[in-house]
Amino acid sequence: MTQHDHDNGHGHEHDTAHAPIEAADALGAYQLLAEAVRELLIEKGVITAAELRRQIERMDARGPHQGARMVARAWVDPAYRRRLLADGSAAAEELGVAVDGTKLVVVENTAEIHNLIVCTLCSCYPRAILGLPPDWYKSRDYRARAVREPRRVLSEFGTEIADRVSVRVHDSTADMRYLVLPMRPQATDGWDEARLAKLVTRDSMIGVAPALGAGEAGD
Amino acid sequence: MSAPAHFAPGTPVRVGTGDPPSHVRTPRYIRGKPGVIERICGRFGNPERLAYGGDGQPKQTLYRVRFRQDAIWPDYAGAAQDTVDIEIYEHWLSADSDKS
Repeated sequence: MTQHDHDNGHGHEHDTAHAPIEAADALGAYQLLAEAVRELLIEKGVITAAELRRQIERMDARGPHQGARMVARAWVDPAYRRRLLADGSAAAEELGVAVDGTKLVVVENTAEIHNLIVCTLCSCYPRAILGLPPDWYKSRDYRARAVREPRRVLSEFGTEIADRVSVRVHDSTADMRYLVLPMRPQATDGWDEARLAKLVTRDSMIGVAPALGAGEAGD
Repeated sequence: MSAPAHFAPGTPVRVGTGDPPSHVRTPRYIRGKPGVIERICGRFGNPERLAYGGDGQPKQTLYRVRFRQDAIWPDYAGAAQDTVDIEIYEHWLSADSDKS
């Protein structure tokens, strides 16, 4: 057995240094359909290729750093926190984050309440705030079990919730999108917003984990 | 301009049990279950019409309804105060006088 064929039962030499870059597989039915619609829209002048490219660039620029800024602001500014909880979309726009099409509802974790977000029907997710959802968020397993046995699911993420704390699951079924406002970690008094934002992870804003601790910042 | 919401926050409601062949945003696990209106979200196009090329009119009031976990799953293993909040359109809800 050579070092190049041990994990590769179908005979192609993907591992060799000089393997050519080529399309791996034929397009699936939905990819073909999407490609046909894209070409038609451009041919008929409904959109231009440049507009499409700009929109993809805009979508790819979205990510958890936007939600992290909102959370960090809420931790240092009580008036912003109140506005964020009263109208998430307006509070996002205050920080230059546009939430189009849907309305953002922000739910706050406290010593008494732990919030968890799921979309049991599909994979609704606050993409404007957090970017693309992680694969596990879209899995049938997470979607079914987050409403059925949320404490076990949380435990598998390493998050143990005491019995006296209420677990409040939010099933994102329609026109709202949800963001969890995690609790501010201890021993972060006097930290500025930029430093606090580094503790705010994607998972903490979905509700499967707390924010990072003061000693866990990534830099 | 728009019809007033039928249910105020705090009102006990029950989810319908229908099974229309349509793009329904009411999950099956919550059909027939009792809950309480948590908030009124506003009025939105009806997805059961929007999904088939319709204009979604008339718009439907959308609510967030809070359900006790132990009212959804009789064998729920978590704490008694655990809940699920779900967005449900008005035409799926009726006032619930049954305290079961």
